[in-house]
Amino acid sequence: MANKTAANGHGGFPWKHLIGFLLSIVLTLVALWVALETDLSLTWILIIIFGFAFLQAALQLLMFMHLTENSTSTKLTGRVQVGNILFAAFVAIVIVVGSVWVMTAGHAKHDKHDEPKTENHGEHGGEEKSEEHGSH
Amino acid sequence: MAHAETHDPNTPLEYRSETGRLNILGFWIFLGAEVALFATLFATYMVLTHRIADGPALGELFEVKSLLIQTFLLLTSSFTCGLAVHEMRRHNVKGLMLWMIITLGLGLGFLYFEIQEFLHFIHEGANIGTSAAWSGFFVLVGTHGAHVTFGIFWVTMVLIQVAKRGLTPATSAKVFITSLYWHFLDVVWIFIFTAVYLMGMVMHHG
Repeated sequence: MANKTAANGHGGFPWKHLIGFLLSIVLTLVALWVALETDLSLTWILIIIFGFAFLQAALQLLMFMHLTENSTSTKLTGRVQVGNILFAAFVAIVIVVGSVWVMTAGHAKHDKHDEPKTENHGEHGGEEKSEEHGSH
Repeated sequence: MAHAETHDPNTPLEYRSETGRLNILGFWIFLGAEVALFATLFATYMVLTHRIADGPALGELFEVKSLLIQTFLLLTSSFTCGLAVHEMRRHNVKGLMLWMIITLGLGLGFLYFEIQEFLHFIHEGANIGTSAAWSGFFVLVGTHGAHVTFGIFWVTMVLIQVAKRGLTPATSAKVFITSLYWHFLDVVWIFIFTAVYLMGMVMHHG
């Protein structure tokens, strides 16, 4: 993206790959640091590390995999590839977030294994519960 | 946004034949289905992650050192795989071979450390049958490891074909497709790194 001639991949130094690689290393290490060395709340840690994960996935797709590249002179194939991957990401988020939400948000009240905190207020129940379990 | 013209001599070799173009487009669509497959495994893992029964908690056994070694081996292999395709597009068969063989070596290194880690977990009393959480862990991470294993065989066979037949529209499309597959495995690992290891350690220590 930064350098369109390098993006075409004929000759020259592979800047696009190098930049993608260095940014991936930085994102990996910063995510690790945020997760283990900061005093942020669990919610913020999760927002930050998942934000970095999606950024790094986008880097791989754009810098390494040539996602937006067209194999014909029409722009069609690039669009199909981008549309397909965006739809796949949407499906993945719905499956993961939907499953976690259904299985934790309040419905777990009826689970006898989770006794003490069952009187929780609405949707915060699931979250507190996970923290509680984690500390065991 | 590469402006690839079908008859332009600058068109990468892998896009020159109709079959090559369609196979590459088809493989992108297959990767969309792989995303859905891994999403179901991630969902299962994340729902069951606290169901540890009498076994150890996940975050209790995760180690930063082993995690970083695996992550950097796979990340670097994704980079060298990208360089291999870069060399292929310069019609440099030797460069392609060299970077791809380095990619395979890094992939094997990743598998070695992953298997060591699994053996360590089993030694510490966490196997696939220990608890729902560990079942989810081994199925998710193991499916990724199985993909890497398959990728190593696949890339090896494509490289043998390139060595025998040289770079043609057919063989270069195969190399390009295996490169997409390999990069995709790193994309999945990014989410295993985040959702399994980082989250597991945060939940345990935090």
